[in-house]
This record gives sequence, structure tokens and C-alpha cells, in this order.
Amino acid sequence: MSEGFSITVNGKLVRVAEGTTVAAAVMMANEPCRFSVRGEARGPLCGMGICMECRVTVNGVAHQRSCQLICTPEMAVVTG
Amino acid sequence: MSTSFDVVVVGAGPGGMAAATVAAEAGRRVCLLDDNAAPGGQIWRGFRVETARKYLHGRGSLDWTARFERAGCAIWAGWRAIDQPAPGFLRLERDGEMWDVGFGRLILATGARERFLPFPGWTLPGVMGAGGLQALVKGGLDPQGKRVALAGSGPLLLAVAAGLQSAGARIVGIYEQAPLVRLAGFGLTLLGQPGKLAEGARYRLKTRHAAYKTGCWVVQAEGRGRVEQVTVTDGCKLWKLDCDWLACGFHLVPNLELPRLLGCRIVKGYVAVDRLQQSSAPGVACVGELTGIGGLEKALVEGQIAGWAAAGREAEARALTPKRQRLQRFALRMDRAFALRPELRTLARAETVVCRCEDVAQSALEGCAGWREARLHTRCGMGACQGRVCGAAAEFLFGWESSGTRPPVFPATVSTLAAEADAPQTARR
Repeated sequence: MSEGFSITVNGKLVRVAEGTTVAAAVMMANEPCRFSVRGEARGPLCGMGICMECRVTVNGVAHQRSCQLICTPEMAVVTG
Repeated sequence: MSTSFDVVVVGAGPGGMAAATVAAEAGRRVCLLDDNAAPGGQIWRGFRVETARKYLHGRGSLDWTARFERAGCAIWAGWRAIDQPAPGFLRLERDGEMWDVGFGRLILATGARERFLPFPGWTLPGVMGAGGLQALVKGGLDPQGKRVALAGSGPLLLAVAAGLQSAGARIVGIYEQAPLVRLAGFGLTLLGQPGKLAEGARYRLKTRHAAYKTGCWVVQAEGRGRVEQVTVTDGCKLWKLDCDWLACGFHLVPNLELPRLLGCRIVKGYVAVDRLQQSSAPGVACVGELTGIGGLEKALVEGQIAGWAAAGREAEARALTPKRQRLQRFALRMDRAFALRPELRTLARAETVVCRCEDVAQSALEGCAGWREARLHTRCGMGACQGRVCGAAAEFLFGWESSGTRPPVFPATVSTLAAEADAPQTARR
């Protein structure tokens, strides 16, 4: 097994194993993924690319479905 | 900007993998595409040869994954099929890049999603699908020490609870809405299939320290900024449980968007297919959960049938018919066993959000005559998920049937949509 690596979620360092999805990393950072149109905090719901609740900004690209995206070293994830 | 194959398979779960493997072994040029980063679908998500034997959901995957790798299909991972720009072509998107793939025969194995029903607090972070939480854990989320309540319906609840327990979570309770008498009847019909009974028994043994209560359902989730407590009921009394996560899904519904777009006839919620898995759309076969929620074994058998049929090897396909029929009967019995109780229609309060993308409350929908009116007047189902979550809920809550599917079937970038104008040239290549 690999030793893993770190990414940042809203500036917080999160240590992840290889193959970890961005959604899992955001949950381990204890951050919501987005805020709804009425301002409610939301986290992943379906885990499989259906519900779109886990959208986050990854390396500056908005609206990434984090449950279908695999973490890469030094990835910068911003939620909200 | 297009590539053509004899056979294109959409969906790389067990059904799609079996179809692609068989067609490639029979000498066809096959492309297997999936919107996830790797093949496996949900049940074999993140399979690795070194862990497959240990993991509860990995059983049986080794033979198929090894055979699949030998068969030599093209694997296009991370691609989403969003449109059919011309007959015989699918338009795909990945990371803002667009590509058309041509096919002689198309096999759809797009699987199922969980049905979610609205109840107060269901939008809190930490409330997830049961399959959803399982997928996240397979995707690296660490459940060690987390207190997890599971609620909803279907065999998945127990399977997920067992998997979570193995991974170090503390299961605080499993609440199945179906009544015991119906489940017992279903269990009796499985006596001829000891494998399925043994699987259920194995999951229950694994989770024996947690309560498994039938005829019970969740009525509310509460917490500051995330779920901290859930309320469950047996229809008479209410009780509260502290938890870190609530995994809640009400059985499964098929992902019909692509079959609908391609014109496949849908009957009673599933794609209608013949004995060779062919739908009413010429050259388009459908397998697995699309034709009835029946799980792994059904998907593998139907995938093989469609794969053989796509390769023109009807005799091999027909040899699997008796197995297929037995598994389809199993799927029908499962739908009946886990049918939803009417009380679940009354969980959402006036202010409870039903459409999570557009924050449309239950009260806004109550006066609407149907799905179309709800979309036009409230934006229900008009958000990013395109009604994938609230559509199945509205069908159960209000009896509204989803009206057709329009491209793109998944949100796509503007550049992809702009390329629509080039479609004929691209596709005629």
C-alpha cells in the first residue's frame, strides 16, 4: 500500500490514501461541499455521480463532482 | 472527432463488464465506457486484486475482472454519455473535452440509483444514501469509530451495515420499513436459492450487535450544521438515536435517462426487453438494473446474453434464458417485498425541501397537477441533478410520472453544447 499524500480543503491539510475520492477527503476535513440556493450547507448524498450535491472547486475549476474525482498530490479543493 | 466500435457498452458495473467481455471474446471490437474513474460499478467499486477476496462485496469479482482484462476491450473511464448526435453515435464528455463514439450495437448497463424520500432534516450534511455511504467508504472515507444509523428499505441496508462494521464503524441500528411478515414471505421464496439466504445471514451475523428492526422508519434528522440525532418510529412510538451519519435509501430505481433519450420503451418503471435483452430501439440492448432491480447475478447473466447477442452468437445467448427468467422473477418478488408503506408519504412537512437543487419545499408542490406544472411553476427538477433525486420522490409522493428526457442528459459545458452545431459533420465522418 502507498503511504498516501496531502491535499488541501479550504486551506486545511488533509492526508489521503491513494485512490481516495475528493468527496471522501472533503468529509474527512469536516467541511460541507456547497451551500444551497437558500444557503443551507450540503454534503455528499448519493456518492455515485447522480445528485450533484458534492460539487466543489478543484484547482480553480468550479462545479467538479467530487465523488467521481480522485485526489492527486497537492490538489487544492475549495467548497461553498 | 469520433471513433467507432462494433459494440459500445455504457456502464462498467458487473452487467456492462460481462457484456463487454463476452462480445470481445467473440472477436468484436468493444468499447466500455463509464463516468467513474475506473470500472467496477457500485458493487465492485474500487476493487483491487489484493483486497477483493477479503471484502464482503468483492466475492466473485476476481474471475470476472481477470477475464475482463484478458478480453482486451477499450476502457474509456471518466466519460459521460450526454447525447445522441446522430443515429449510431453517442456524444461523450470528460473534463470539458467532447468526443463522439460510433457503434454497430449498443448495450446500456447504466445501473440504478437509490430512491431518496424527503423527511425533516434529510438535507443535513451527514445524511447520505446507504449505497452512497458505501461508495464513499470504498472511495477512501474512513468510518472508524463513527456511529452510523441505517434506515430505509432494501437488501442493501444490511449489506452496507456489514461492510461498514467490517471497516470499523459502530452501527447504532438498522431500520427497514417493510414489515416482517412480507420479508419472511420473501425469505421463503429464496429457499431454492440458498446462496442468497446465506449472503443475508452472513451480513446479519456480522451486524449481530446492532438492532435490525423491520416495520420501522426514520421520521426526522436533527443537528447543528450536520446530523447529530435521528428519530425513528414503528408507527406507534417514537425514539431518538445519536449518530454521526445516517445512511438512508429506499431501495433502488433504474437510471433510465439514456434509454429514454434513445427511445427505449419503458414499462412499469423498467426498460422492456426481449429474451436477448433487445429494447424497442433498434440495435440497443439493456441489461441489469435497467430491466428490473435484481442485483449482481442478474446483471452478469443479462450482460452475457446481450454480449453474445451483439456478437451474433444467439445460441450461446439463448442457453442462458432459463437462468435469466429465474432471476427476473426474483427481481419482481424483491420489488414486492420492499414496496414502500404509505406512511412514508407523510414524512415531509410543509417547509421540508423536496427538490434539493432548487430548494423547492413540499408546500410549493402540493397544488401542482403534475411534474410539468411543478417544473414550470416551482423549478422542481430543473436544477443540476435534472430531477434524478426529486423525480423518484415525486413519483412516490404525488404519483407524477417523469416526462421524457432531453439532451444533454447530464450537465455539460458550454463548449460541448456549442459543438452541437457541428454534429452532422462529426457524426458522418
